[in-house]
Amino acid sequence: MLKLFSALTVAAVSVVLAGSAVAQDTLKFGAVAPKTGGLAGGAAVTFWPNVQLWAHDVNARGGLQVGDKSYMVEIVEYDDQTNPGETIKAVQRLATQDNADFILAPYGTGLNLAAAPIFDRYGYPMVTHTAISDQIETLSEKFPNMFFTLGGATGLAGGVVEVLSQMREQGEIGNSVAMVNVADAFGIELAEVAAPQFEAAGFDIVYSTSYPLGTSDLSPVVKAAKAANPDAFVAWSYPPDTFGLTAQAKIENLDVKAFYAAVATAFPAYLGANGASAEGVLGAGGVYADGEAWSSYAARHEEVTGAKPDFWASGMVYASFQILEQAIEGAGTLDRDAVSAYIDANDFDTIMGEISWDEFNNNSAYWTVGQWQGGVFKGVASTGREGAVPAVPKQGW
Amino acid sequence: MEVIITGLVLGGTYALVALGLNIQYGISRIMNLANGELLVAGGLAAFWFWTAGQISPMLTLVIVAPGAFVLNYLIYVIMLRPLVRRAKSQGELEVSSILATFGLAFVGVGIMLALVGGQYFSYSYLSRPIEILGSNYGLNRIIAFLAAAVMCALVYLWLHKSRMGMSIRALAVAPDSAVLVGVNVERLSALAFAIGGAITAVGGALISTFLTLDPSSGVLFTLKALVIVIMGGVGDTRGTIVAALLLGILETFVATVFDPGLTLAAAYLLFVLVLLFRPQGFFGKPTS
Repeated sequence: MLKLFSALTVAAVSVVLAGSAVAQDTLKFGAVAPKTGGLAGGAAVTFWPNVQLWAHDVNARGGLQVGDKSYMVEIVEYDDQTNPGETIKAVQRLATQDNADFILAPYGTGLNLAAAPIFDRYGYPMVTHTAISDQIETLSEKFPNMFFTLGGATGLAGGVVEVLSQMREQGEIGNSVAMVNVADAFGIELAEVAAPQFEAAGFDIVYSTSYPLGTSDLSPVVKAAKAANPDAFVAWSYPPDTFGLTAQAKIENLDVKAFYAAVATAFPAYLGANGASAEGVLGAGGVYADGEAWSSYAARHEEVTGAKPDFWASGMVYASFQILEQAIEGAGTLDRDAVSAYIDANDFDTIMGEISWDEFNNNSAYWTVGQWQGGVFKGVASTGREGAVPAVPKQGW
Repeated sequence: MEVIITGLVLGGTYALVALGLNIQYGISRIMNLANGELLVAGGLAAFWFWTAGQISPMLTLVIVAPGAFVLNYLIYVIMLRPLVRRAKSQGELEVSSILATFGLAFVGVGIMLALVGGQYFSYSYLSRPIEILGSNYGLNRIIAFLAAAVMCALVYLWLHKSRMGMSIRALAVAPDSAVLVGVNVERLSALAFAIGGAITAVGGALISTFLTLDPSSGVLFTLKALVIVIMGGVGDTRGTIVAALLLGILETFVATVFDPGLTLAAAYLLFVLVLLFRPQGFFGKPTS
């Protein structure tokens, strides 16, 4: 009896010991983004679900394989309240107090620009996913470990000019464009780089204005645009005004064959709020929707997080995490400089396709314009991605 | 003409946003900085009922109004009444109520975030054009305007034609003396606070039919409501209505005739001018 008992005890103890030997180490990944404040709505759709999905996907296949050890992913989240000062504080805390192994890039251009010096100081690779800037050349010189994936304002605006030019060539629209923008950094920047491109392409800007962020009644803007009789309506807008301008365009029955609103057109909520009226609306972003990579990603996104991805930056957020993941595994080490060097020197195969860097650590092939076609926001123009479909004229509201 | 109608409709929207705060501040003497969050919560409720069961926001009001009434009554009794009892002066109460409701605003945002996540919520309800005198207007905005007009009328009638309303006006004008004539100050303050909250939530439900909201948008509305309440004069609902309509017409006028980019500047210029030349607001009593 005693022998049986001790044999069982030895067996039990060895099982426990064996179990802990197989127990995995974790890698801490910091994630700092808005949960409250002005950009919370966007981050809630584009950033946070992808953090959850990526951690889930990596852990589901056994974790990250670094050399001959495998690590599970642990995410440490912080709400930066859309306040750049808070972003900086949180990144600093992740670096110095939480000892994060790696930090995921923040959300939105402003917060990324604010955090870049801190990432650089502590030597963390920074693969951005929602930072759109025309200052990429200067930034990559100052911060050699900063990588850009979503493109620049000139490219985004250029995509719209390109789509409208094609529609004009096919006789679907004429020459006159009404262009409005929200009076916030992104809207102003886009309007500034778009105007000369429109003029160079031979378009006539018949109405142009800006409106303050948070304007609740956009009917004066739409009424005035309608009065100028444009063939195309372009709005460099933020989510609340994208929704507002669309609603007003319906009410005024703005009869344009091309209607573009920049941010949030690619959100599932846009389709939800507008239904059949969303058909034919153009916006920033777009994806190769019929591709296998996107469809399986979108299905998994909905299954794991309960929400659909947006059709612009969601995919790139996930792709940027994939880049970090592949670089850590590829470099075979947790040394951050080695991982940054690996990112710099390599191309990556992601759900958005292949991502490679130019001399300014910039991915120069990105989707610029998408259009709602049959309930899917398909990419119609890009600076070098495959899978664009032709844009169709808008057929009323 | 178009400018005036659009301006009035916009003014109606602003009145919905500000009326509740006016009652809470003017009568209960609570500067409720969580007002915007309550508005968004009302909008959230309307959104939720609409997307879940296609229940019209008009019907949702039947749930939102009493729900907000009870919630605000409890907030007043549990959190704010101790501050009222403890305050030795009007100024002290204002400061402590500002601090307390400021914190409450963050709590409100956090609760909404935890319940529904941080996304924007937007839906299309009656987003059809209705033609008035040759121009198109959103049906949902017109309905919100009519509802605002009805609510303002009801509040005015209640305050000026009912006995309870008279007691409440006494409370607003001279709280120290009101108690001497048998007005139950504590109970009426709680009641007024709760009613103000219910009005705000109803306003939020109506506004959500044509505006895109997310849990963090409350602060913008609190700011707007504050400006309107102070411009109109604290404690008098007529002042809030006039200020709201004036602001709506001014913003629409500037947007249509000059430049939509100047609307904010014009609104705050009006605010500054009112503060300079008539600091008590349109209908306020001059502070001695």
